[in-house]
Amino acid sequence: MNARIGHIASNTFREAVRDRVLYNLIAFAVLLSGAAILVGQISIDIEKLVVINLGLTAVSLFGIVIAIFIGIGLVSKEIEKRTLYTVLSRPVRRWEFIVGKFFGLAGTLVVNTFFMAIGVFAALFYVAHKFVRADALILIALYFIVLEFLIICSLALLFSSFSSPLLSAVFAFSLFVIGSFAEDLRGFAGMAHGLTRWLATGAAYLVPNFSAFNVISSIAHEQPVAAQLIWHNTLYALFYAAMALSGAVLIFEHRNLKLSSAAKLRLLQALALSFAWPPAP
Amino acid sequence: MFITSPKVLKRASLGYDGLLADIYWTRVVQYFGFRHHNHSLSYNLLAPLLEITTHLDPHLVVAYQFGASFLAPAPPSGAGQPERAIQLMEYGIQNNPDNWHLYYDLGFVYYMNLKDYKKAADAFARGSKVPNAHPFLRLLAAQMAEHAGEFDTARMMWTATYQNSQDKLIRQNAVEHLRSLRVDEDVTNLQEAVTHFGERMGRLPVSMSELAAAEGLPGVPVDPDRHPYKLMPDGRVEVGVPDDFSFATRGLPPGYKPVTKFHDLQP
Repeated sequence: MNARIGHIASNTFREAVRDRVLYNLIAFAVLLSGAAILVGQISIDIEKLVVINLGLTAVSLFGIVIAIFIGIGLVSKEIEKRTLYTVLSRPVRRWEFIVGKFFGLAGTLVVNTFFMAIGVFAALFYVAHKFVRADALILIALYFIVLEFLIICSLALLFSSFSSPLLSAVFAFSLFVIGSFAEDLRGFAGMAHGLTRWLATGAAYLVPNFSAFNVISSIAHEQPVAAQLIWHNTLYALFYAAMALSGAVLIFEHRNLKLSSAAKLRLLQALALSFAWPPAP
Repeated sequence: MFITSPKVLKRASLGYDGLLADIYWTRVVQYFGFRHHNHSLSYNLLAPLLEITTHLDPHLVVAYQFGASFLAPAPPSGAGQPERAIQLMEYGIQNNPDNWHLYYDLGFVYYMNLKDYKKAADAFARGSKVPNAHPFLRLLAAQMAEHAGEFDTARMMWTATYQNSQDKLIRQNAVEHLRSLRVDEDVTNLQEAVTHFGERMGRLPVSMSELAAAEGLPGVPVDPDRHPYKLMPDGRVEVGVPDDFSFATRGLPPGYKPVTKFHDLQP
């Protein structure tokens, strides 16, 4: 990674932290500790299962929400605040800007997931009083969740590179929902005929297959994950994220970022006012 | 329930079906606990809630084990739906074929709630073939096939339940059943002794000590809590404190209604 991408990534991370994104960790801690203490009182024999299921589900959903809501604003906010022009006026290429933003958001989510993982293991220790070998499987589930985040970050950036924040959020969230049904879509494609079959197959392979990344339930039952699935998911996530990111770069490269005459005038006026002394009453 | 279809709920969970199953299982426990506490005779939502729970997470073994024990016993102890309990257990076995506990629980429902010894023997025999199955399954299958003494078989099953569970509630329940079984057996034997005394002497014994002396009992018979059994004027044998033996079926005063407890569960 070149230094310019690194700078943009670290700035994106710092901005996310400044925006109090990591405050979600407090909600997560309250949710998990509450569940760990309460479930033993109101249910039977599922304390450990609840901590794993709830913990990993919360890690996943909190991360997805953060990825979508920050990802959609990464480009549009920079344009809106006109900070993008300051960045691009320096020797920074457009693709470096997009890739830097991606790594910054991914880094934020990895740090967030790291702290949440500590919370999950702490809650697990609280309910089980010890760790067993099978608990290490939780790390695989967390790894898959991070892979899922990479895809969602890249998709949010892709949509944000050509659409408004609201529409980008709708697109990204819809794709997450559709992606959760990817296996069903493939099943439907298998049963369909003619043009429908082709369309359904195309759609099934185009949408991200998020169902393959969700191993929370099986891990909660201490069922091992095949090494092949880990490789497949890793390659798939990296490939999909790279493709979506390439799409975002391609669109952003061709996007007309020139200011309109009115906007230029407003910008100049703002600049002139900021340099004028004494300030206007 | 607003959504009754397990398939729709599974789809709506977006892959987070494990957590949703845990939520539904907690709902089952709360529903059963509330109804049981209120001595309700109707448990209409119990079977559908269990169906949703196990469809969302087919590997949630606790839902099959406890679910069957909620469904099978007659009200107010349970829903009085042993057939639904068997369906649930068969679904559990279908999804967890290597878990011998489920075969044991299936045989338990056949034996305890339906008195179907042949099917109980079949369930235990199926379970005994599962890798790492407990050896007592084979013994139980044989005992069922022979249709052996009811007390011995019941004692063996509750002892096995106690030994094979780590759950405090289940173990406590097994102990309660074993204590009540001992009372049932004692009362049956003492009642036989009273009949024998009557046949020999042409009258009923006036006290338990007279009965003990005449029938060669080692002393005045006592229950598991060391309270002496009572001999009533009409020759009936009664347990000293019936409330201490919630599952006893013999030696209870006429018209006595047992105090139901929440731990009135099978394994």
